[in-house]
Amino acid sequence: MQNGKREAGSGKRARRRGMALALTLFVVPAVRAQTVAITGGKVYPVSGPAIENGTVLVRDGKIVAVGANVAVPNGATRIDATGKWVTPGLINALTGLGVAEVNAVPSTVDRTARGDSGVAASFPVWEGINPASTLFAPARNEGVTSVGVIPTGGLIAGQAAVIDLVPGTLTDMINKAPIAMVAQFGDARDGGSTARGEQFARLKELLEDARAYSRRRAEFERAQTRPFAARRADLEALVPVVEGRLPLLLNVDQASDIEAVLRLARETNVKVIVAGGAESWEVADKLAAANVPVIVGAMINIPQSFSTLGSRQETPALLQRAGVKMVLIGTGSGEEGFNVRNLKYDAGVAVAYGLKWDDALRAITLTPAEVLGVANRVGSLQPGRDANIVVWSGDPFEFATRVEHVLIRGREVVQPSRQDELMQRYKTYPPAYRKP
Amino acid sequence: MGGVVAALAACAPAKSTAAAQPRPATAPAPARDTTRLPPGAGAVSAPNADPFPSTYVVPASRATLIRNVTVLTAAGPTIRGGSVLLRDGKIAAVGTSVTAPGDAEIIDGQGKYLTPGIIDDHSHMGVYAAPGGDALSDGNELTNPVTANVWAEHSVWPQDPQFPRALASGVTTAQILPGSGNLIGGRSVVLKLVPSASVQGMKFPGAKYGLKMACGENPKRVYANRGPSTRMGNVAGYRAAWIQAEAYRRRWDKWNADHQGDPPQRDLGLETLAEVLRGNILVHNHCYRADEMMQMIDIAKEFGYKIRSFHHGVEAYKIADRLAKEGISASLWSDWGGFKMEAMDGVRANLAMVSAAGARAIVHSDDPSGMQRLNQDAAKAMAAGEQIGIHTTEDQAIKWLTINPAWALGLDDRIGSIEVGKNADVVLWSADPFSVYARVDRVWLDGAAAYDRANPASWWRTDFELGNVPLPAGGK
Repeated sequence: MQNGKREAGSGKRARRRGMALALTLFVVPAVRAQTVAITGGKVYPVSGPAIENGTVLVRDGKIVAVGANVAVPNGATRIDATGKWVTPGLINALTGLGVAEVNAVPSTVDRTARGDSGVAASFPVWEGINPASTLFAPARNEGVTSVGVIPTGGLIAGQAAVIDLVPGTLTDMINKAPIAMVAQFGDARDGGSTARGEQFARLKELLEDARAYSRRRAEFERAQTRPFAARRADLEALVPVVEGRLPLLLNVDQASDIEAVLRLARETNVKVIVAGGAESWEVADKLAAANVPVIVGAMINIPQSFSTLGSRQETPALLQRAGVKMVLIGTGSGEEGFNVRNLKYDAGVAVAYGLKWDDALRAITLTPAEVLGVANRVGSLQPGRDANIVVWSGDPFEFATRVEHVLIRGREVVQPSRQDELMQRYKTYPPAYRKP
Repeated sequence: MGGVVAALAACAPAKSTAAAQPRPATAPAPARDTTRLPPGAGAVSAPNADPFPSTYVVPASRATLIRNVTVLTAAGPTIRGGSVLLRDGKIAAVGTSVTAPGDAEIIDGQGKYLTPGIIDDHSHMGVYAAPGGDALSDGNELTNPVTANVWAEHSVWPQDPQFPRALASGVTTAQILPGSGNLIGGRSVVLKLVPSASVQGMKFPGAKYGLKMACGENPKRVYANRGPSTRMGNVAGYRAAWIQAEAYRRRWDKWNADHQGDPPQRDLGLETLAEVLRGNILVHNHCYRADEMMQMIDIAKEFGYKIRSFHHGVEAYKIADRLAKEGISASLWSDWGGFKMEAMDGVRANLAMVSAAGARAIVHSDDPSGMQRLNQDAAKAMAAGEQIGIHTTEDQAIKWLTINPAWALGLDDRIGSIEVGKNADVVLWSADPFSVYARVDRVWLDGAAAYDRANPASWWRTDFELGNVPLPAGGK
């Protein structure tokens, strides 16, 4: 989008209010290594049915109990969630958080590797994450506790990671890396290919060469193999893909391109994830039969290119009905680093267009955790899982609902964002910074 | 202000006004109507000239009573259990007890909401049409930093599939603007979202034109190699254009008054700018930063024109008191921001803060997807305002979507509220439009049924969609 359409191109209850906020700037209660009990709320574990008047018990950053009859130990910090809704922290599967600060300022964008003829399989996108990014706070203040950080561009864009939005260092934030190898197929003519069939052949050649390389590393080191289609580091990075240990996440929209991806997966025996999936509803049965998950938005209905003519807002509901593992991502995947937070509204819109409410919540919590391979730690409220928990004033998908508490690994993490500080400053005229 | 070729328009025929009535397909082509302007009058720079007149005709419609519905009027308090009568294209009655004529269609609105048609004062539908690509990229004439001579309507493709999607989301009127690559991008056009083979068939009859201006990063980026390449270069560019425009206006106003000698040379760009100076064209100024908006206000004062609305205005909240004082509206997103330096300070409560300061707040889209959810954008801004202690009622917020953009377009006497005598542009929502679960059930435009969610066979499908875009029921 250039020069015209859309440009070349939070909170807690009392603490967000008035002066109380100024006093709590950057004060993060250290509740780690403590026991926290969230009591009295309507608890949505996602891994099981909702619990009225439930308790979630947290110890040392992990969930230790979830249920209607959980005894709260003496000395536990209590969060009264009476009348509130309690869910797992939300997971936005496709973002550039931490590697794309201001999109129009290239020095702050680290999502796209130069690569070699469009191949950047060895590119670990997470190594460029800036934990000081101002875009983390708006997301976590509104209930997003983990995100996929996804490289873009090229034929093979690189390796993605899942991070938890804890304040701290990159090491603190990493949940799992890599979680997928990211590639493009179809309309995206990045990386030197000028036709879909050529992209298909190149992807297949790369995967086959990675397999050959993995069997012949010693000969390769002695220069006793035929030339391979990629550099050593890229072949090495593709080995887990061909061995079935790392999924290949393909940005692909057109129905026939999705079918091509399914053929590629069969012919090369790799696990694939479809992302984008504008026309995925047209091939939903095939995706379900192949057990291929789809990462899709619920607000996409403009035939913006010839690859997305079939875009429609019923897609999430249609995929779910067909039995496809479906992940919702909102519109935060591209330029909208600000709006990774809007994931919950995508879920709401998906419900308005036919998805069941429980399925929508699952599509922004447990299903992305499963698809990205981190469900053993996040995405549901079960004993043993990380205590990534959100307490909402009501239905999380509704605009009027406030976030009251966000815990990541058992710690309260809500802090005023830059935007919160700006709003406080300019709430009155003259602005607060000019006041005596 | 170079590059504007004065049209040797003496040989251009005067446009027909005979198309006011739909013409049967079999009828012979009508004789050219030359009664409106004398031959050769196209060479004359006339204020309020209308060379591409609207051919839109209010369709015949059956009287319709929507009753037992919650009405957000944008003119007064919410009416619960209300009724609204649409007749002959107008809102004929509003209240809690309205009697319908015997032949009226009666719609029961139990549990539903009725609002005025949504108005988006910032759209590029038609000029950046789907499915995109260079062939349909007609929104930015990036050949000169000042292209006041271009008119957005000459780029509008009426078969853009974005039009029916906007209508199905409750948008009944949209201002189509040129892009923001130029200091002065050209004339806008106000359209009714109706199927038509020509843009003239969509043009809102009698609507004023707008002028697109743009601040900041876009023009200086686009023209980095030839200038302007800086913000100070931008400002010099606007001022140079207005200096020429003022001289042009004086020359023509004098000639129009005395008809002494040959008319001055006509210049399309200066003609548009002169019409701004005469108050006949409304200025829509793309501008993100507070400091730049303040400078644009001073430029407007220097040359004696008014800015009708600042668009995007992600920092409008910083100068909301000044916008209120100057009578300038702010056309805003709730939460689009951060993607470039001048957008970094966007805050979600912007609309609520601007509104609370007494300025006219408007939810705009600049985007065909956001355009379908202007109500949701308003709801986000309401909630964000709430969190800093600014309470916005639904009666206030509905104005952000309706009567305030109507004012920005100079059409608040005709559209933007549910009041007797206004055009019958109304939307029936399945639920409170500020809920994420609300969907548009029906839309009436000038009293005629324009969209009915329950009847897919009746939906507007553009020519482009035939054979290209799948139908919900299967097939294309």
